[in-house]
Amino acid sequence: MSDTALQAAPMTFDTAPAARRKRRLSPARIGVYAFLFSAALYFLLPLYVMIITSFKSMDEIRSGNVFALPLFATVEPWQNAWRQVSGGFWNSVAITVPSTIIPILLGAINGYALSFWKPRGANLLFGVLLAGAFIPVQVMIYPLVWMMARAGVFGSLPAIVLVHVIFGMPIMTLLFRNYYASVPHELFQAARIDGGGFWRIFGQVMLPMSLPIIVVAAIMQVTGVWNDYILGLVFAGRDNAPMTVQLNNVINTTTGTRLYNVNMAATILTAAVPLAIYFFSGRWFVRGIAAGAVKG
Amino acid sequence: MPAFRVNKVTPHIALLPMALTVLVAYIGAALWTFKTSFTASRTFASDNFIGAAQYVRLFDNERWLLSLHNLAVYGVCFIIACMVLGFLLAAFIDQNVSGEGFLRTVFLYPYAMSFIATGLVWQWMLAPGAGIEGAVQSLGFTSFRFDWIIDQELVIYTIVIAAVWQASGLVMAMMLAGLRGVDPEIYKAARLDGIPAWRVYLQIVLPMLGPTVATVFLLLCTAVVKLYDAVVAMTGGGPGTASEVPAKFIMDHLFLRSNIGLASAGAVTLLIPVLALLAPYAYARSRRKRA
Repeated sequence: MSDTALQAAPMTFDTAPAARRKRRLSPARIGVYAFLFSAALYFLLPLYVMIITSFKSMDEIRSGNVFALPLFATVEPWQNAWRQVSGGFWNSVAITVPSTIIPILLGAINGYALSFWKPRGANLLFGVLLAGAFIPVQVMIYPLVWMMARAGVFGSLPAIVLVHVIFGMPIMTLLFRNYYASVPHELFQAARIDGGGFWRIFGQVMLPMSLPIIVVAAIMQVTGVWNDYILGLVFAGRDNAPMTVQLNNVINTTTGTRLYNVNMAATILTAAVPLAIYFFSGRWFVRGIAAGAVKG
Repeated sequence: MPAFRVNKVTPHIALLPMALTVLVAYIGAALWTFKTSFTASRTFASDNFIGAAQYVRLFDNERWLLSLHNLAVYGVCFIIACMVLGFLLAAFIDQNVSGEGFLRTVFLYPYAMSFIATGLVWQWMLAPGAGIEGAVQSLGFTSFRFDWIIDQELVIYTIVIAAVWQASGLVMAMMLAGLRGVDPEIYKAARLDGIPAWRVYLQIVLPMLGPTVATVFLLLCTAVVKLYDAVVAMTGGGPGTASEVPAKFIMDHLFLRSNIGLASAGAVTLLIPVLALLAPYAYARSRRKRA
């Protein structure tokens, strides 16, 4: 079992709710619902404003209320926004795909080696790696820039992918290590007695049974990489700038009139991928988030 | 058993990427930054050692002191608000309410989005004239003022509002998972004894959630130290330098103001509270192992 503070809490909500009381509408219950309802409003308000604003014309935004529904919905802001951030969208895709596959593969290998082979010194290394997850990237960022500039890859796609591999490794390793810790050790012993080597047991026994944790890891890594701003800003270079960097450029550095409707549409487009993952993956996302909260 | 001794090298080779990451990218880079903080490096790193002069300069720097102050104010408000709101949401959701799945989804979705994206929405909603202020004024309250985001004294609280909105769902999710692990018998026993529900939660259940609370606290603390995206997206550090934070100070001095020595001193300073937080955890961990 893992003994780290980072361990994912068991994220199951489906056990019986603690208070199994009879439902009746007492003042206390009305209070409960009133609180939850107003909290839900606070949480939904920004999303609501984002969506309605993106369908308004600038005239309507200037004259009307920020919370009012659009009188004449238009998709023109969306077309405009897509023209501005579509390049960033494809950059983000190009960054996210390798930055998801490679860290997951490395995390699985690390977790497997740590859980079953326990090479000398590996646990100390893992402890330092985990501590690294808490350290602000500002501590490491300039030396990494320098090293990559020396290696001639700074400001390129490989550079940003490598940085995501480095900063994704603590969580990915932790996820797989904890997952493999719950696999019965007899299974591993049996595979060893059958003559399986390091890679064979990994490829034929462990990896096929790792699908659930691979899904969790993929959700976390895709969301984390897609939402990253600071690393993309520093390492990706102008040509590979991810969507978040382009979005911030479009909005915070433009002079003149602010096109709020276009900005909001661009914002929704940028948030669309992680939001879609969140809404469709539900509890998988929650499982990952608990372990991955160290990031960000 | 000799059969188990074969290819002892392979696991080491397999862990080579991890070893390189730890030794070069984490330890090596951190040591490099530590070394640079004692040099006079400007645009490029130099080996011109000047002792602790950068640290003296750093703590003479108004902007750095202001960013530390902002971080402290932000940290205290953000952590307390997230913990309280997150726990309340979890406790209320735990009251066997209908629509639980929907509420959980609503409370957690901000966490799925980038702060660069959501910060922009908040920036607009908080903008005087246009956003909330304008909406309330158009309802007839023409003297209503809500211009914190352009107020030097209050701007940091607008970042707290947005950050709490983003992170308290996470606290809710972790607290709720903790609550669901509490033995239902406790509620029954407390009810038989006639203890009111709020006291059961505050005095019996909350202490039982100790480990969860500790984990949440650690996560929130590291999030505080890393605060960067929200400030960039919402205020850009403004108005003036009123919402400057250390992470942004370091980034600006690394890449815009070419003062790598000063930025490195800032980064090392930022490392101290993180290590101070991690040390008790590492200690508790090693003790548990020995036991």
